[in-house]
Amino acid sequence: MTDTTFEPRIIAFLCNWCTYTGADLAGTSRLQYPPNVRIIRLMCSGAVDPIYVLKADLAGADGILIGGCHPGDCHYQEGNYKARRRVVALKEILKNAGFDDSRVWLRWISASEGSRFADTIREMTAAMKELGPNPLKKEWAV
Amino acid sequence: METIITVENGNTLAALQDFLKQLLEHGIVDALITPLRTPSGTVTPALVTNTDLLNAADPLAPVLPGNCATLAGKLSAREPRARIGAVMRSCEIRALVGLVKMQQASLDSITLIAVDCAGTYHVPVFQRMAQKGDALWQELYKNAVGQPGQPDEALRAACKICEQPVYENAAIKIKCLGSNLDSEIHLQLPDELAAQLGLSQSAENGRQTIVENLVAARTAARDSAFAEIRTRLEGEEGIEGVFAACIRCHNCMTVCPICYCKVCVFKSPVFDHEPMQFVEWAKQKGALRLPSDTTLFHLTRLNHMGLSCVGCGMCTEACPAELPVGMVFRAIGQRLQATFEYAPGRNKEEQLPLITFKADEWTEVGE
Ligand code: SF4
Ligand code: SF4
Ligand code: FES
Repeated sequence: MTDTTFEPRIIAFLCNWCTYTGADLAGTSRLQYPPNVRIIRLMCSGAVDPIYVLKADLAGADGILIGGCHPGDCHYQEGNYKARRRVVALKEILKNAGFDDSRVWLRWISASEGSRFADTIREMTAAMKELGPNPLKKEWAV
Repeated sequence: METIITVENGNTLAALQDFLKQLLEHGIVDALITPLRTPSGTVTPALVTNTDLLNAADPLAPVLPGNCATLAGKLSAREPRARIGAVMRSCEIRALVGLVKMQQASLDSITLIAVDCAGTYHVPVFQRMAQKGDALWQELYKNAVGQPGQPDEALRAACKICEQPVYENAAIKIKCLGSNLDSEIHLQLPDELAAQLGLSQSAENGRQTIVENLVAARTAARDSAFAEIRTRLEGEEGIEGVFAACIRCHNCMTVCPICYCKVCVFKSPVFDHEPMQFVEWAKQKGALRLPSDTTLFHLTRLNHMGLSCVGCGMCTEACPAELPVGMVFRAIGQRLQATFEYAPGRNKEEQLPLITFKADEWTEVGE
């Protein structure tokens, strides 16, 4: 059953060159999207150290979004491709360690895709509401 | 070339020691890494240059005080380096190959001498058994050959489920499995070396079937051990439950041959939290487990070395809380390695999965 009062908290690690600028565009274009996301800006999706994704998950973040440039568009050529492999590995570890890997999303959103950013946050907020609160929020013994 | 060295008067070790001496005497290598018996009666790895001391060499002693890949790395990563002969077990060689890929070792100056492994005991168990004076390995090899379905219960957990007890991709192989060790030891050598040592070609023994049977028995044991730990990991307990007693002493990391970072992030200022930070975290959940970040530590280590885990089980040996560290890392490592179709230690050419990529893969993960 979906808890209607539950407002998921999403941590977004966004690449400066694309998704972060896309988020900015969504703002300046006055696009409406849920206020559930806390944004952390990095220089590339390839600069997202999985340790911070894990830290957010273990601390009880309901969703974690990594946003990078579309394949072929990374300003450092291969950061996003390597980020994808890291996310694949991370999800495999989370799954096998008893956690829900569907809380971790990787999305390619370019600087001009303000509406795609807004859509993604909407979509992710709805999915996390469906999933319910991250049980780790209440687990002190981790 | 397949060849045989003869064992005189049932003294297998003397024949092996003699072979190792010849490698030094003929100048094939400048020094040998091999397990040596200490005057106090235990066995430790050593770097040997004096042939007389090889009378204490005991490459068959069923004990693995540490994974020697780390030591071999220290002896080979930088120039100038000597030519080293490294007497190692399969799990040590596979770890060494991993270190080569991380620029922490070089195989250019190392001659691998792979010993077929029938398994090893926890160090204190070995020491107690060795005091009784039995040649422990004799029983072990006989068991491995005779009834591989019933592994010695006293073996280390890692060894009971080790499905790679032999390493085939080595210059020199000491093929204990399948040799009648009372009378002969089968070896595999480069032709040139065999000629230099005056050893002639001989017929292969029944090793292959014996290894196959051993591997089948170990694989079955592995699968049931994996099923057991997975039930815990994926069930109520979860990884945080399995590691509930962890005191984050970092022993498992220190002894891991793959963890090579000079400064681990967990020992870096990143984890030097401000006092009030702990209180803030405690407030978030009502309580903060101390030491903090134990689950983060294990998940991060899985993330850093899970793909390269060779299953030597040194971590389990080192854990003061007797946690099944190695089992968790092997079980999750197996899934990770399968995902990337990667076999750590298979050969040094195969690239580490996380330093490479293909443009059109896992398109469903990054949308
Ligand atoms: S893990 Fe395998 S190769 Fe290593 S000591 Fe145990 S049985 Fe031997
Ligand atoms: S050796 Fe054991 S107690 Fe120490 S950090 Fe590793 S799992 Fe935790
Ligand atoms: S620069 Fe945007 S993902 Fe690398």
